[in-house]
Amino acid sequence: MDRTQLLLTLSIALFCLGLVGVMIRRNALVMLMCMELMLNGVVLSLVTFAAHSGTLSGAVLVFLVFVVAAAEIGIAIPIVLLLARQRHTLDVGAYSGLKG
Amino acid sequence: MRMDLLTLIVLLPLAGFFLNGLLGPRLGKGFVSVVGCGLPILAFFATLRAFTQLQASDAGALAETAYTWAIVGDFRFEIAFWFDRLSALMTLIVTGVGSLIHIYSTGYMKDDPGYARYFSYLNLFLFFMLLLVLGRSLLVCFVGWEGVGLASYLLIGFWFDDPAKAAAGKKAFITNRIGDAGFLLGMFLIYHALGTLDFDAINAAFNGPVAPAVSASLVGLLLFVGATGKSAQIPLHVWLPDAMAGPTPVSALIHAATMVTAGIYLVARLNGLYLHAPEASQVIAVVGLATAFFAATIAVVQTDIKKVLAYSTVSQLGLMFLALGVGAYGVAVFHVYTHAFFKACLFLGAGSVIHAMSGEQDIRKMGGLAKKIPITFVTFAVATAAIAGIPPLAGFFSKDEILWFAFASEYGGSPVLWALASFSALLTSFYMFRLLWLTFLTPSRMDHEAEHHVHESPVSMTGVLVVLAILSAIGGFFHVYDFLEPVMPMPVENEALEHLKLPLIGIAIAVAFAGLAGAFLVYRGGLATAERLQQRFAGLHRVLSGKYYVDELYEAVLGKPLHWVSEHVFLNVGDRTLIDGSLHGLTSLAQRTAGRLSRVETGNLQFYLLLAVIGVALSLAWMWGNG
Repeated sequence: MDRTQLLLTLSIALFCLGLVGVMIRRNALVMLMCMELMLNGVVLSLVTFAAHSGTLSGAVLVFLVFVVAAAEIGIAIPIVLLLARQRHTLDVGAYSGLKG
Repeated sequence: MRMDLLTLIVLLPLAGFFLNGLLGPRLGKGFVSVVGCGLPILAFFATLRAFTQLQASDAGALAETAYTWAIVGDFRFEIAFWFDRLSALMTLIVTGVGSLIHIYSTGYMKDDPGYARYFSYLNLFLFFMLLLVLGRSLLVCFVGWEGVGLASYLLIGFWFDDPAKAAAGKKAFITNRIGDAGFLLGMFLIYHALGTLDFDAINAAFNGPVAPAVSASLVGLLLFVGATGKSAQIPLHVWLPDAMAGPTPVSALIHAATMVTAGIYLVARLNGLYLHAPEASQVIAVVGLATAFFAATIAVVQTDIKKVLAYSTVSQLGLMFLALGVGAYGVAVFHVYTHAFFKACLFLGAGSVIHAMSGEQDIRKMGGLAKKIPITFVTFAVATAAIAGIPPLAGFFSKDEILWFAFASEYGGSPVLWALASFSALLTSFYMFRLLWLTFLTPSRMDHEAEHHVHESPVSMTGVLVVLAILSAIGGFFHVYDFLEPVMPMPVENEALEHLKLPLIGIAIAVAFAGLAGAFLVYRGGLATAERLQQRFAGLHRVLSGKYYVDELYEAVLGKPLHWVSEHVFLNVGDRTLIDGSLHGLTSLAQRTAGRLSRVETGNLQFYLLLAVIGVALSLAWMWGNG
């Protein structure tokens, strides 16, 4: 197994780990962290492909993704804080007021 | 300046309708009276002006286009007016008698809470009636025709909080609809064949050398169906007696003097067509005569003062149609003209009697009114003599001419028509003098209370009565048919019968006096003799006072089946089962599927994510498989 394959396997593993985390954990904060993990898996695959093809554009794109991710977390954390202040819990099961 | 005089005549009453309808209730009775009476009087003077212009000009008619309604292909639908001698006469009657009745109404309706509404409807009626008689084409005429039907409906049901009166309004409207269907079909046929709806063009086409590609009789019959509806001829006569539910001046204006003569006007206006439709003319003569006869027999036993007059109107209209049927168009219009005076006078006199009796209309509870309300009595007596055909009053001249042409016209006249018409005239004279005796001359049958309240009507009412009585007396000396000769040719008289003309006049006079004598003999002492006769001929009396059971027949033949079909087929099967059923099915289907689908919405975030992941995985797999 060469380096590229190894890195891609790692990125898939990170993504799946994040996905399973989002799906099975009930804590909103942990779910957010797992989402970051999924994002990192994707970003890693981006960098790997960029190195593999010998261009820089993939690496530049990664920074843009980080900026977006930071902004996203910047919004998500306050939302979680507001939710937590309202119900005094981080369990997402408590926030099902919109179900049909 | 002769611009738009005709348009002005038509629009003045419309302005009155809007002013009174919108502002009347706020601005009070003074305003309503001035506008409601003033504008029709102005219209009357405008008509007089137009009339002098017509007489001064060489042309046979004044024409005026007010507005182009629509242009479809080569055809222009125009709201155009046509003022020839016939229109002029009708317009003078409508605005003249109309104005008088407006003035009378200010007295009669003085204390009614719906005063402004009443005058706005009355003005609306005048507007449509003027549209009808001034319209140059059948189309404009039809708009007026429908409009007067609407105004008539509104005024019959004027006191709409009484269900019987509201129902009478509906009956009039629906009966007229049946006639209107015939009118429309006739109009379509004419347009299809000639490509025009202008009266002058239609008459010219039928009088021209090349016969139009349409049967004049068919068109004539269809239009006559419309005329039977509006002019209350058999079989559509049933609405007119019920229409007496409206205020009495309305009965005088709409249901005696003007609107009901619209059918006569239509046939007379299209004389070029009917001259070439002998079959249709025969039908008109027979229907007219039958109506004249049957209505006269019914009038003999009626006890409501207005109902007697209503059946008398139906009967007189029948005589006019008889004249039309034998080609004596000018004579029919002559009778329209004299009838407008004496019948308006009779109805308004009846209104004055009802006013004096505080609402009582049953002539069995009247009597002896001659001394108490003398002006009403004298005018009523003059008009009665006029309608009975006592010379030299107006009715004698017009009725005599009708009888003569029914006898001697080359265009369908026959002694049978004359004999039956004369018998109707005898009945007319009899029941009118019966009315006069029972109301005014016999000893009083009123109870003490009512007798105490009897009072003569105000000047606004009696003044109008006097004017109309004078017109009824002298109107016959103006020979309308000579005046109308340029527009409507007189029928050829049978030369061989010329020597009978004077004897027939003698018979007509004898008939009128015979009716007078009969009424005097039976009713001079009150109701006793009449009641003996009534018991002697109980069966006949029942049939007559049941009005030949025509209403009951229509109810059984048309009303009941229609009700049954509406209830069981259209309501239960059509509406409730088919339409409601399919709609309810659709909604319940939507509700049930939505109920099932809503279970997916669990509120569990992770479950949604799982579904999304499964979806993504499945679509990836599909893409993999289909490359």
